[in-house]
Order: sequence, then structure tokens, then C-alpha cells
Amino acid sequence: MTFIPKPKIDLPGQHLNDLGLSLRDYEGSLSTLCAGCGHDSITAALVQALWEMSIRPEMLIKMSGIGCSSKTPAYFVHGAHGFNSVHGRMPSVATGASAANRDLICIGISGDGDSLSIGFGQFGHVIRRNVNMLYLIENNGVYGLTKGQFSASADAGSSAKNGAINQMQNINTVATAISMGVSFVGRAFSGDREQLVPLIKAAIAHPGCAVLDVVSPCVTFNDHEGSTKSYAYTRKHKKLATEADLIPPRGEIKASYYAGDTHPVRLHDGSTIILKKADPDYDPTRRNNALAYLERHRRRGQIVTGLLFIDQNVPDMHIQSRTVSTPLKDLEYRDLNPGGAALAELQRGMK
Amino acid sequence: MPATQSRVNDFVLKIATVNGTGSASANGLLLKALFRMGVPVTGKNLFPSNIQGLPTWYEIRANKDGYMSRTGRVDVMVAMNAQTYEKDLNEVSPGGFLIFDSTWPRQDILQRDDITVLGVPLAKLCNENFEVARIRILMKNVACVGVLAALLNLDISVIRGLLQETFANKRKLVDSNLKAIMLGYDYARENFTCPLPVHAETMGDNSRNIMITGNEAAGLGCVYAGATVGAWYPITPSTSLMDAFSGYCERFRVDPETGDKRFCIIQAEDELAAAGIVLGANWTGARAFTPTSGPGISLMSEFIGLAYYAEIPSVFIDVQRVGPSTGMPTRTQQCDLMLCAYASHGDTKHPLLLPANPKECFEMAVRAFDLAERLQTPVFMLSDLDIGMNDWMVPELTWDETYRPDRGKVLGPEELARMDRFIRYLDVDGDGITYRTLPGEDPKGAYFTRGSGHDRYGAYTENSDAYQDVLDRLLVKWETAKNLVPDAVLSKAEEATRLGIVAYGSSDGAVIEARDRLAEQGIHADYLRIRAFPFSAEVVEFLHDHDTIFVVEQNRDAQMRSLLTLESADTANRLVPILHYNGMPIPSECVVKGISAHQEAAA
Repeated sequence: MTFIPKPKIDLPGQHLNDLGLSLRDYEGSLSTLCAGCGHDSITAALVQALWEMSIRPEMLIKMSGIGCSSKTPAYFVHGAHGFNSVHGRMPSVATGASAANRDLICIGISGDGDSLSIGFGQFGHVIRRNVNMLYLIENNGVYGLTKGQFSASADAGSSAKNGAINQMQNINTVATAISMGVSFVGRAFSGDREQLVPLIKAAIAHPGCAVLDVVSPCVTFNDHEGSTKSYAYTRKHKKLATEADLIPPRGEIKASYYAGDTHPVRLHDGSTIILKKADPDYDPTRRNNALAYLERHRRRGQIVTGLLFIDQNVPDMHIQSRTVSTPLKDLEYRDLNPGGAALAELQRGMK
Repeated sequence: MPATQSRVNDFVLKIATVNGTGSASANGLLLKALFRMGVPVTGKNLFPSNIQGLPTWYEIRANKDGYMSRTGRVDVMVAMNAQTYEKDLNEVSPGGFLIFDSTWPRQDILQRDDITVLGVPLAKLCNENFEVARIRILMKNVACVGVLAALLNLDISVIRGLLQETFANKRKLVDSNLKAIMLGYDYARENFTCPLPVHAETMGDNSRNIMITGNEAAGLGCVYAGATVGAWYPITPSTSLMDAFSGYCERFRVDPETGDKRFCIIQAEDELAAAGIVLGANWTGARAFTPTSGPGISLMSEFIGLAYYAEIPSVFIDVQRVGPSTGMPTRTQQCDLMLCAYASHGDTKHPLLLPANPKECFEMAVRAFDLAERLQTPVFMLSDLDIGMNDWMVPELTWDETYRPDRGKVLGPEELARMDRFIRYLDVDGDGITYRTLPGEDPKGAYFTRGSGHDRYGAYTENSDAYQDVLDRLLVKWETAKNLVPDAVLSKAEEATRLGIVAYGSSDGAVIEARDRLAEQGIHADYLRIRAFPFSAEVVEFLHDHDTIFVVEQNRDAQMRSLLTLESADTANRLVPILHYNGMPIPSECVVKGISAHQEAAA
């Protein structure tokens, strides 16, 4: 990952958010990914979403593993701490960080190799533990840095750039996450920012582990005829199940939100996710319904997108652990150390 | 009756039972009874990797001189397990005693003329006096405590007191246990000459001592160090360390009103994740640790390298067991020294702390966090199964109320405000340790943590000079570490000598006793107990000041000797390995024999 600082230019008339920060304050260094990479569109959507939400940069932590996707944290919010850890292990590092400071907003960026192969175990367990974070998978079905091997998300029957046909079944991120008990999962396409930005906002607001599977074409190794993760294929086959939008606490809920089949999900912080069913068949609050729908459309070769499952009442790691509301790292030492008298008392039982 | 030397407050009692029969509480009763009579005592549990039905032994050593190690002898054997009877019989030292359950006849071929065999119909006594089958089995072990109380002259009022404390609110249990004890006690008094020539007598004062395992002490140390995040994957023999941490946290760190917890314990899916959680939590500013054993360190190695290179404080407690591979999970060794010293790929090396007993486990656990945060690096505390899971008698733990955690070089918003620019890996002070910041405080302190090549600014680099600059600075930090780790402990021989002994960790007790035995033979040796790696100056000095240095350790490949050789190559030919690695705690006789044989050969 090459580091190229991005020149910051303040333009007159630039929009400022509630914190008085411009969009540029949410950017990072210049991307060194290939021109046209889907990941860069995701970065842009993250910048937009975080700016709109007026998130204080220092309250954000950006976590990743290894791979093209894992470079992303360098490209947004330069005022936030970032952690580019080891391959497939981002979830555990994020878990520890979240354990130590529950007030941080944690964004983990991963890829299909990072999460579905080497890190499959950690992917499953961070979901199970329901660590409060956005877990975003930039899914392109291919290994980029090692030059074009299939990943575990490549569809059976799809072809590699060199013509090889993938024989194995793919691991469906969304279905896997739902079956593991995820409290929030959505799927989007890097080429559709209109859909992605509100999904990112809803995922960040969700009080638990919110998984976003974002199909993000690899222009160098997986954008050819025969690929099922190309721009053209994804545009043609994506099927919108729901639309989501996040209304902040005290935000105005416009009447237009209620047009059609809508469903507001109130979150504990007072914000509301407005879910609009694009397909009346879809119910994102019931696991079996969601799984059946996904399977039905998979057989038709369609890529279902939208907010696909949500249960905002699944207790997160800190609720499960009954951790104190003050971040653990901010506790005073005197509140942690029992002291000499307690030690003496304790040892009476050891005599 | 064979001739038996009188041994007052100087004997080894070994109890052979089947696991899952409640023998642990009976063994604890014997140990505590001796302890309360003021006799220095230790108990070692030799148990199988199994839940119920396999042989298990408990070895109690009572020694008026305070020797704590195993000796290689058994003065009184209680053979309650028919399965291991022959082996147990053979293990009794000449002149010793064997007690067995005479409810069922023994085979005649199992005889020894040089020991005294005492049969007690324990099962019969219990069957006649207790109704429920399970109670009968449990009470057999308790009745045996009564037999031993009579034979070994244990204070019956002390035992009664212990039962009352153990079953404070369960009067019935006190009565039934006491009944079983008296059954055995009375039978022994009626049928044998009590006490045996091998017995205990009330002696000194143990009121300033405690009985504790190393894992309990280390868990307690983590509480006192202010650790708030503990991540782990259960593995013998480290499990009881997290159990202890959890128990003490529940006792000391739960808000009585709200039930809110000032700690977070995460049982991870494997040791890889446990290590990742520890890194993430420390990076964010909490004190976090993981207890594990050798196989866990193997899995954690990936993250250990990241922590070394990205300079993330982290504490790893390795309660060593027998390797390689799964090895013998319930047996002890000091076999992870090399593994931990250089864990992970590339050029890495890590500070090790080497406690010799539970008291040091407590103290060094606290020290480990201070060192990890001061040095911004992974720090290992290497205990082992012998220290971690056995009952040791140590002086009471004390606490210095003026202690404050050393959080190391952490910049907050105020310090950052005074700086033009924060540079993560710039060696401002010349000690190789740079400044870090914590997330959640100030955007000016933001930086990118990475395990990929980086320069002093923390930026990704593939520039040769910029990469090497950071790697060389880590060596400066390593030199700083030498002055921060615990000193070695020197014990001079009574006479000037060119012989030296080096040992560490749980081999200490065997060396202490062996030096006294050897001195009686006219072999005098200075003793240096190493307590940390990297070695501080006095370790290298000690090697230079002696012609022959015996390096006593519990592994096959002489790992400490190798480490010493790497650090002080010119003394390599003076280092003589004394090794013990069969999985049992090292007995003092191993050290005595090893050194005296070497000296005879050299003479």
C-alpha cells in the first residue's frame, strides 16, 4: 500500500456538516488501487455517509486485514486511527478494540478472501458475538494482489480471466451471516451509490454487528465475459428487495417515506431506519423468509440487494458481558485495583 | 518390620487414587492440616488428561527445612487404586510404608520385604457406616485421611476446624466427613502402633504464609495490574488462570447496585482470535492479556510478530506443558523458552519473565503489563504446570499502595496540542521507544498501524533505508529492555568456587535443595536464578566469573543454555546442561546426581 497524501483544497461554498467539517475532512490518502476499482466507489460512499452522519473523526476506528480491500481504511477519514492487521484476523482485533472502548465507531473493511477463506472462522464468531461494528466486505470473487485466483465467493460455473471454470459452490456471505445469527445484513453494489450510502448509514447506526456485502468488481482480474462479479453482470442481474434510509434522532420523517410498503425500525439511540420494500414478497425481519427469498433468486441467477435482515434487539457483546457503560480504557486505576486490605482479607482463605 | 529411620517433619506422602472419586478434597485436607501445624509443605497433583476413571496421584512433601521440590523418594504410599498397585508398591523407598484397602485380598506375589505394608479395610468400614453408594466412594478417601492422621500424628482438632470452614453452612456434611475420619483414625489406633516413625509434629508458625497455585496468583496479579480485557481459548494447564481472574473480578469489580462489570472476558474461538483481541484492546488503551500454553503460542505467533513490528503492548502468559504437539497436556516442562523468545517469522525477539513460584507469578504479572506498555511490545510470562496448578506454600502476597501502572509513552490531547506534528515511530528520547496515541481522543494523534513495511512516520514503505531505520531502532529498544526486566538472583556458595549453577522458574526448588546436598559432599556452587530475557549484565558476568556452569532446566534441548550461548558465545563451552524432561516436576536428586557425576568424571 503506497502512501500518497492527498492535497487538501478548501473551496469556497463547500458544504459543512453539523460539526463544521467538509467532505474533504472525511477523506484519506490517495488510492493506489487500479483505476475503476469498485473499492474506490465504496470509499467514496463511506466518505459521504460519515460526513452526512457528522461522525467525529477521532471517534472512528478503521480496521482491516490483508488484501486489496484491506487497503481501503487508508483512503478515508485521515483523522481516525487505522489498523491494517493480518490476513483474515480483522474481526478479532476489532473485537478487542470494541471491548476496550465501547464508545468508538468501528468500521471493519474486509474482502471475500479475507472473510470467506482465511478469516471464515473469525467472520462467523464476530457475528455470533455481535460486536458493535460495520463489517463491510468488498466482494469481487477474485484474489487481486496474487493475480486472479478464484475466491470462495466465486459462483460455480463462472470463469476466470484465463478461462478456467470454477467448479466449487460459492459461499454466500448474506445467507451465511443470516444462518449464523447476524443482527443486520445487507447487500449492495459498488456502482450504485444511491443505495450504498444509506445502507452504510443504517449499518453504522445499528447497535450490533452489521454486515454489508458489497459486490465490487475487480477491473483487472474479474470484469470479463463469463464473470458473475463484473460491472455488466451485476448491473444486469441485481434485484432490489428493499430500500433503506437512516433518519437521525430528532430527524424529520417525511411523509414521502411512508409512500408504498414501508416499515420503520426504531433504534435505541433514537434514530430510525426506514425500510421500504421494493418487492412486497420480502420480509427482512424473518430469517427463514429472507433465506428462502435469497435461494429462490439465486436459482434465477439474480443478485438480491438491499437491507436483507435486521433484528435490532439482539444483545451486543457489551450487553451480553454486562460491561460498565464507561469505556474500560477510561476507568480509573483505583476502580480496578482492590488494594492491600482486600488482598490481606482474600488470603485468609488461603491459610 | 523393616528398619525405618525416624523422619519427623521430613517425608513424602503419595496418594494413588482414581480421578473423579473426590480425592482432591481429601488431599487438600491433608495438605492444609500439615500447613496449619506449621510444617512447610507442598502438594503436587499428577493427574491424567481425563474427567473420570483414570489413575491420579497426589504427592505431599512435608519438610522442616522448607525444601519444596520433589525428591525422588516416597516414604508413605497410599495405594487406593488397584490398577496401579504394583507400580505404587515398587515406588516406595526402602524402609517406607504402604497403606492399602484390605477389604479385598492382595495378590501374594505383590510383596516387598524392605517396606511395611499396612492394610485398612476402608471400603468395608464405609459400606458398614454409610448408605448411599456415591457417598461410600467419597468417604473412603476421607476415612483414609483419618488413618493418616493417626499414623502421621496429624492434629485431629486442626482437621475438624478445616472441615467446619469448608462446609460452613452444611452441618450434615461436617458430621459425615468427621464420622469417616474417625472411622479411619480409630481403626489405625487400634490396629497399628501410632504414630509411625515417619510423622509430623507441630512446629513453626505458618501464619504469614499462604497456600496458593501459580495460576490463582497470576490471575490475581492481572486484577491488581488493572487489566480489564482478558481473551482466551481454554487450554490445560492455563484454564484455571482465567477462572481465577474471572472469579476475582466478579468479587472486586462488579457494581453492587447495577451489576455492571469493570472488565470484559472474551472466550475466543481459538488462540489466533484471543491474540487479536488482546492486540486490539491494548491498541485502544486497555490493559489486556491472554493466558495460554505452548500450542496456543504456536497459533498466536502470527499476531505476536505483528505486535512486535507494529509495537503494540500485549501480555501473554504461557503456562507451559509437555510438547511437542499435543504432548502430555497434564504434565510439566520448561519447553517453550525458545518458542516464546523468538515467536513469529522474521527478526523478532521478546522479553520473557520467568517466575519461580506463585508469589512471583503475582508480582511478575503486574510487571508484565508495565513492561509491555513501557516497551510497546509483547511480553511473555512463562510459568508452567507445576507452578500454575500445584499448591505451593509461599509468603503472604503484599501490595504496595503507592503503585501506579506505568502506561508508557502515551500522548493525550494536551501533549498533542503542544506539538507541530505527531510522528508515531520517531525515536525522540534515544531509548528506542517512541510515542503512541489512543483512538477516541484527538484527530491530531491519528496514525495508521500496520504490519507491512513502514517508516518512522508510520507510512507504508518499500524504501530500503526507511525500512531498515525502523528495524534497527527496534534493537535500540531491546537494549533498553535489558535495564528494565527483573534482575537475576545471585546466591553465593559458602566457599569461594569456580562452579556455578544457572536455573529458572520451577527448577529453583530442586536447585536450592541440591546445593545443600552437594555442599555436604564438598561440592560448592554459586547459583544464579535467571528471572528474565533479555539477560541483564549480571547474567553475562556470572558466566564469565565461573569455569563450569551447570544449566538446570526441564526440557530436552537445553533451551536456556542455547539462549545463553546466543547472548554470550565465548562462554558456550563452560555451560553443562542438567536436563529433566519426562513431564514430572524436576526432583532435587536429578540435580545432585547430574552435578556430582560430572564432577567425578572431571576429577
